[in-house]
Amino acid sequence: MFGLDKKDTTLLLVVALLTLLAPFILNPFPTDSGLAQFNAGYPDLMQRFVIFGIFAIGFNILFGLTGYLSFGHAAFLGVGSYSAVWMFKLLSMNIIPAIVLSVVIAGLFALVIGYVSLRRSGIYFSILTLAFAQMSFALAYSVLTPITNGETGLQLTLEDPRILGTSATADGSIPVTNLFGLEMRSATDLVIGPWSFTFSAGYYVCAIVMLVAFYLAIRIFRSPFGMMLRAIKSNQNRLNYTGLNSRPYTLAAFVISGMYAGLAGGLMASMDPLAGAERMQWTASGEVVLMTILGGAGTLIGPVLGAGMIKYFENIFSKINDNVLHGWFAWMPDGIEDLTVAIIHPFIGKGWHLTLGILFMLVVIFLPGGLVEGGQRIMRLFSRKKATKDDKSKAKQPAE
Amino acid sequence: MGILEVKGVNKRFGGLQALGDVNLSVAENTVHAIIGPNGAGKSTLLNCLVGKLIPDTGSVMFNGQSVLGRKPFEINQMGISRVFQTPEIFGDLSVLENVMIPCFAKRDGAFRMHAIEGVQNEKQIMEKALLMLEDLNMADKRNMHSASLSRGDKRRLEMAMCLVQEPKLLLLDEPTAGMARADTNNTIDLLKEIKEKRDITMCIIEHDMHVVFSLADRITVLAQGTPLVEDAPENIKGNPKVREAYLGETA
Repeated sequence: MFGLDKKDTTLLLVVALLTLLAPFILNPFPTDSGLAQFNAGYPDLMQRFVIFGIFAIGFNILFGLTGYLSFGHAAFLGVGSYSAVWMFKLLSMNIIPAIVLSVVIAGLFALVIGYVSLRRSGIYFSILTLAFAQMSFALAYSVLTPITNGETGLQLTLEDPRILGTSATADGSIPVTNLFGLEMRSATDLVIGPWSFTFSAGYYVCAIVMLVAFYLAIRIFRSPFGMMLRAIKSNQNRLNYTGLNSRPYTLAAFVISGMYAGLAGGLMASMDPLAGAERMQWTASGEVVLMTILGGAGTLIGPVLGAGMIKYFENIFSKINDNVLHGWFAWMPDGIEDLTVAIIHPFIGKGWHLTLGILFMLVVIFLPGGLVEGGQRIMRLFSRKKATKDDKSKAKQPAE
Repeated sequence: MGILEVKGVNKRFGGLQALGDVNLSVAENTVHAIIGPNGAGKSTLLNCLVGKLIPDTGSVMFNGQSVLGRKPFEINQMGISRVFQTPEIFGDLSVLENVMIPCFAKRDGAFRMHAIEGVQNEKQIMEKALLMLEDLNMADKRNMHSASLSRGDKRRLEMAMCLVQEPKLLLLDEPTAGMARADTNNTIDLLKEIKEKRDITMCIIEHDMHVVFSLADRITVLAQGTPLVEDAPENIKGNPKVREAYLGETA
């Protein structure tokens, strides 16, 4: 189906099902139960899952296939966000032109940065991209204040022209982003017994965009172009002596992944129309590297899993505080309860980075292929058990 | 006029004259061996032919066109393929994919953006690659991870990757270096088979006299960066100049 083989079609359908049913899947706990804080099914977070999923999918096209590790991809995300917000300011609040512009501008940026950075490979390439991203950050933060509004960040105002829309709504407030009238922040709640599920228009727009992005990534992975990119990672020397020019291939991969980042940035601004320079900072570039490696670089689904995992930790683990812990361990004797809380304390709340760091180290050391490899090992374990059982039953039969 | 004409090539690395006034003519559909002791400039000469090095002076003409100043991929597109001393293959890819990549390079040129259509739809390329693998008795290994092949099979695969492009000239850089006797003999058989079956010009750089004398139609002996003699194999063996260069005997 869709020009994919059976395995890829299954993967795509599973991902589609998971994203479309995410409001249910991510809200497994009843609203008033103690575990409700582990629910991740609220629109803001779900949007972040899929948007960073897109960002990581794009990054993986460059890093996973060609092995070129870019440390400056957040620059394209930031550029995408700024472009989208400018579109909201100047043209209309419809998200389509905004997203188109963010993809185009991010692609142009990637073309320039990639053209220069790809003259080198390995660590030098990484440093060049990092330098470019930091320059972009510095420009956005101070020099280009008329365009980026400096450290305040670019926001919508009532004075914006919005040629194809209105500067202000009838009641005098700033109009909201929409897709041909469908407001991004509109949502409906579905209450079933003690559960409450939120369906947000914004999330579903993001989810569909992510599915399209994911589908395109599968096509790229399975195409001759994808094969060339894998060949570059494997043995660039051989590729050059095989009559292929690796430079345009890597540049194309760089631009495509920059456009994915711009798409993510544009979507981010479409959900919440503001853009700040901190989106371009090197920590943001590092985050997408972590996501891709945590999930499994070079695999299709890995980056999405990694993005989901890191965003979940960031938003859910950081919300657990000492009071919550005391609530959980109330059944223990007082002294031991305090001790337990004191031990866990550094790993929660503001210390969630510590938990993430440990988890990341464990994954890199024991599962170099990321979460995907973990999944594969578990699957193999099960199938092996099944196989040995079958062998035994077969072996028994002749004896009877 | 040969298919490859090297005229007056000089190459200097600082104070070392690696190549001094090298002239070489390789005739079409022959196997031409370049031999010489260590440091004779064999590899430097090869690197000048494939675009890795640019000679200081002189000309290298292939099929009437100069190769100087061209990048390795451009020279390959002109019809020169090369085999490395240690097999260079795409270790992360399957054996079949390894052979498909040169097919794409041959059909589509140095770059083509074919990012949407799946590889599995490229039936012609796949068939061509499979035929090549069958030719070299590797078809049963087509789905193997190529990094897990034995050394001899890696050499065979690299050969398949070069031959599938139907090059006019195949350059081999010590194809049997570091091989056991049995593997060496296998490689000789493989090269003989290729020579008999295909219209191909081969230029072999080799250390091993056994290999050279079983394959070559013509031999050039390099010593200290300069061609000493160029002759048919039977005349080379007894040549006193060659003995001197190799064994350090005084004539």
